[in-house]
Amino acid sequence: MMRKFPAILAVTVLLAATGWAAKKKIATAPTAATVAEMTPEQRVIHALDRLAFGARPGDVDAVGKSGLDAWIESQLHPESIPQNPALEAKLAPLETLRMSTADMLKRYPSQQMLKGMVDGRIPLPEDPQARAAAKFAMARFAKSQKANILGDEAKPSAPKDEKALIAKLPLTDAQKQTLRTGSKDERAALLSSLPADQLMDVIDALPDAMKGRLAGQASPEVRRKLQILRSPQQVVNQDLIEGKLYRAVYSNRQLEEVLTDFWFNHFNIFLDKGADRFQATAYERDVIRPHVLGKFKDLLLATAQSPAMLFYLDNWQSMGVESPANKRGGKKQGLNENYGRELMELHTLGVDGGYTQADVTEVARCFTGWTIVQPQRGGGFEFAARMHDPGEKHVLGVTIPAGGGKEDAMKVLDILVQHPSTAHFISKKLATRFVSDNPSEVLVAKMAKTFTATDGDIREVLKTMLGSGEFWAADNFRSKVKSPLEMVVSALRAVDADMDSAQQIAGLMNTLGEPLYRKPEPTGYSNTGADWMNSASLVARMNFASGLAQGRLNGIKVDPARFNGAADQIERSILLTEPTEDAKRAIQAGFDAQKQMRPDRVGAAIAGLTLGSPDFQRR
Amino acid sequence: MALSRRIFLRGSAISMIGSGTAPLWLERAACAAESTGKRKKVLVAIFQRGAADGLNIVVPHGDPNYYALRPAIAVPRPNAAKQADTAIDLDGFFGLHPSLSPLKPIWDRNQLAIVHAAGSPDPTRSHFDAQDYMESGTPGLKATSDGWLNRALPPAVGKPSPIRAVSLGPATPRTLRGGNSVVAMDSISTFGVRDEAAALVLKSMYGGSKDQLLGNTGRETFEAVAMLKGIQQTPYQPAAGANYPGGRFGESLKQIAQLIKADAGLEVAFADLGGWDHHVNEIGQKASVGQLANRLDEFGASLGAFYQDMGDRMEDVVVVTMSEFGRTARENGNRGTDHGHANAMFVMGGPVKGGKVYGDWPGLAPEQLYEKRDLALTTDFRAVLGEAVHSHLGKKTIQSVFPNYKGGPEKFRGLLRA
Repeated sequence: MMRKFPAILAVTVLLAATGWAAKKKIATAPTAATVAEMTPEQRVIHALDRLAFGARPGDVDAVGKSGLDAWIESQLHPESIPQNPALEAKLAPLETLRMSTADMLKRYPSQQMLKGMVDGRIPLPEDPQARAAAKFAMARFAKSQKANILGDEAKPSAPKDEKALIAKLPLTDAQKQTLRTGSKDERAALLSSLPADQLMDVIDALPDAMKGRLAGQASPEVRRKLQILRSPQQVVNQDLIEGKLYRAVYSNRQLEEVLTDFWFNHFNIFLDKGADRFQATAYERDVIRPHVLGKFKDLLLATAQSPAMLFYLDNWQSMGVESPANKRGGKKQGLNENYGRELMELHTLGVDGGYTQADVTEVARCFTGWTIVQPQRGGGFEFAARMHDPGEKHVLGVTIPAGGGKEDAMKVLDILVQHPSTAHFISKKLATRFVSDNPSEVLVAKMAKTFTATDGDIREVLKTMLGSGEFWAADNFRSKVKSPLEMVVSALRAVDADMDSAQQIAGLMNTLGEPLYRKPEPTGYSNTGADWMNSASLVARMNFASGLAQGRLNGIKVDPARFNGAADQIERSILLTEPTEDAKRAIQAGFDAQKQMRPDRVGAAIAGLTLGSPDFQRR
Repeated sequence: MALSRRIFLRGSAISMIGSGTAPLWLERAACAAESTGKRKKVLVAIFQRGAADGLNIVVPHGDPNYYALRPAIAVPRPNAAKQADTAIDLDGFFGLHPSLSPLKPIWDRNQLAIVHAAGSPDPTRSHFDAQDYMESGTPGLKATSDGWLNRALPPAVGKPSPIRAVSLGPATPRTLRGGNSVVAMDSISTFGVRDEAAALVLKSMYGGSKDQLLGNTGRETFEAVAMLKGIQQTPYQPAAGANYPGGRFGESLKQIAQLIKADAGLEVAFADLGGWDHHVNEIGQKASVGQLANRLDEFGASLGAFYQDMGDRMEDVVVVTMSEFGRTARENGNRGTDHGHANAMFVMGGPVKGGKVYGDWPGLAPEQLYEKRDLALTTDFRAVLGEAVHSHLGKKTIQSVFPNYKGGPEKFRGLLRA
């Protein structure tokens, strides 16, 4: 099982990987002579560290064989890479990932939708299955509302005795017997055989300890059914988070995943803000993902018109002071500058990009009327002329004549995309994520030049970055601290973990300090590695590392045979480089002191230590 | 008393180290004793996330407009015969929600003050923006990267305690982020590497690491872990009569009490409690049931238990509560309230000049409301936090903590004994 890769690898890589990247570097980097370069072996590892979420076993050899430049070229064209069937199998049950927002809301209604249906403001779905599910959820919703108003009085005083509770259930005697004394499998089979409404009644009536036990024994399908009945909206969020983790770990199109994470984070929205609970799925799938290697303008426009962003930064409510609606009288609503400000500060120009408060207000005026049809029901973008400020505007020195309507905002986007500050700001952010916490001004300027020359072609900007000497400079090898997501995913990949469930990992992301899709601020998470180091996170990384290696994480299997070799072999299989002498010594000393450890556990323990070591925290 | 305890700790620890029998944590504690072992002034910040309804928490029962605005969900005027479901009178004009009865004895001992119509001057009604502004301490400024409570830490003398700034929760909250090192933990007992053999190896690995950032964070972490492990050697027993309710918030306050009493160098602590966004069913058929009562039961009982538990150690402690904004003065159509503006803050502790509601009452008549809908603001939250930072933590210039705040000590309400 252990790979003897260093020797083989060095040869393969030397022969095969001296292509594209190296040639470009020489052509474009006048300072190359003074900058120490990575070894060919390091280049391959570096590419997998930066353009992917780390290497899986065998990746380094494979990339070495096909040639590094060919691998990079294919990652830049993800549609050319066949997808991993294992990933497709894991995504298949997560059906909300493939639904339109409106359909999803019918099948997995939000609290607001349920309330609307209970109040009769929103019609029930027509599809019979969805209709039945909605009725069931409405009944539960109404019950919980009643309990809230009446306090404890509404809750029946439940006897605690399991036996007595089971006796009262609407089940046959044989079914009751199974519930009381059946084996794990028999109970699971019983739960699978019950229709949805009965299933929920049964589970509801049981004491908490037994509920948990039963849910734990149920099949994944029943567990999902229970979750849908209990809290449909939570399943939507869970699918989204699990889907992201599965893709990061298993996708063959790694650069696409890294970039989807990067651009979602750049155009951040917050999963717990109102309608974004159910808009986030389509936002990532339809707004971000299709453009991650495309033209920046297309990406920016897609976000500007997405209900998720319109809701998150409040533009959907922004109303021109001089709009027809306000002139008509009645309840007056005002301008909301939230989006206008973040559009310039965070999405395009950068905080020092040369705009003023007056520009913020003018941009907000241009965007009035860019709103959402019925946001709580999953509606899409619309331009509402009645909300739009029809007057003349002045944005960054450009006059936008009166009466432009929807086109005002289109002009703003053009101005911003073509502004040199945007080229610089975007280039610097990409370089910070991919190259180093402090990329040189020379590199950023070079990338910005490509950005301007190619009309904001993200793929071309990345090519410039990858062709630079700086990307491949030895100083940048393993120089960035991994974010929690990068740490967790790279660890799962390094030990070739088989995930049946990503739910525990999703929970761990909170402890690690990077709850997925839950960064409340529009800034998104930091791309600066150093920002990710703190005590709580470090402790959580160490615990995750040992839990993973020793097979203690729910739904995640790691083949123990992977850790059968000698200590330094195990360390090398994870780090892909020679571990530091300090780390080797510490591990050796630790195990000399632990003579009582069972021999078959030592390998996994060493793997856990390696994953938790300082060396593994960098990419 | 604190001094003698400290000398004992050092003396005995050093003798044990000499004999080679000292547990690691004790060695750490003895070495760190220069900066710890002394009673410190402690500021505890509590965030009620979701915008708590200050008007139903500290009830202006003397303002007739309050009852006009909230026909269905007002807390009734104090009535001794129906104590459990009416406001607890404080001063003839304001009263506490009945679920806050555990706070009344503290009020009576003049160690609980309230500042009403307080909050952030920023007009945003977005939870996340308003929380961000309150936690950064810079309303209107998004670029601020650190939090006010981190900036409020006094300059360290000697080697700072690894646990001078602690947050109970899974991540460092915005309030505590910044240049001073902070320990964020779910709880004292889960903060640490679970596998003890692995912990020893990792400790030596990070201790000897040439990686500056990771090495330093690792060393700080293991110091904090060691110190907390030491503190846990004695199972914590709250003082008699202190009954912390179940739930995360009570548990957080209990652990803060434990850390304060351990004299391990804690100076600032943070805990939060969510679930205050009561658009629906804020008040049920009577004041003692409904969503608000549920939250206040936990909030009041936890703070009451903390006060009881701390006993005379409360002399060193100031607790301040805040929430991102208040709620609409008028009830909505769902027995709830929507996002509003000003709110009520509690200030509790030995140094507090309590038994008084501070601040100017702006009134609830239609023309007195902020944007015709919300309680108007008469005290900037930074005047309250600023006073705690200035008078309690001894920070001379509050501008270093609240950089875009124009006010100084002249804006303080005089909540604390100088």
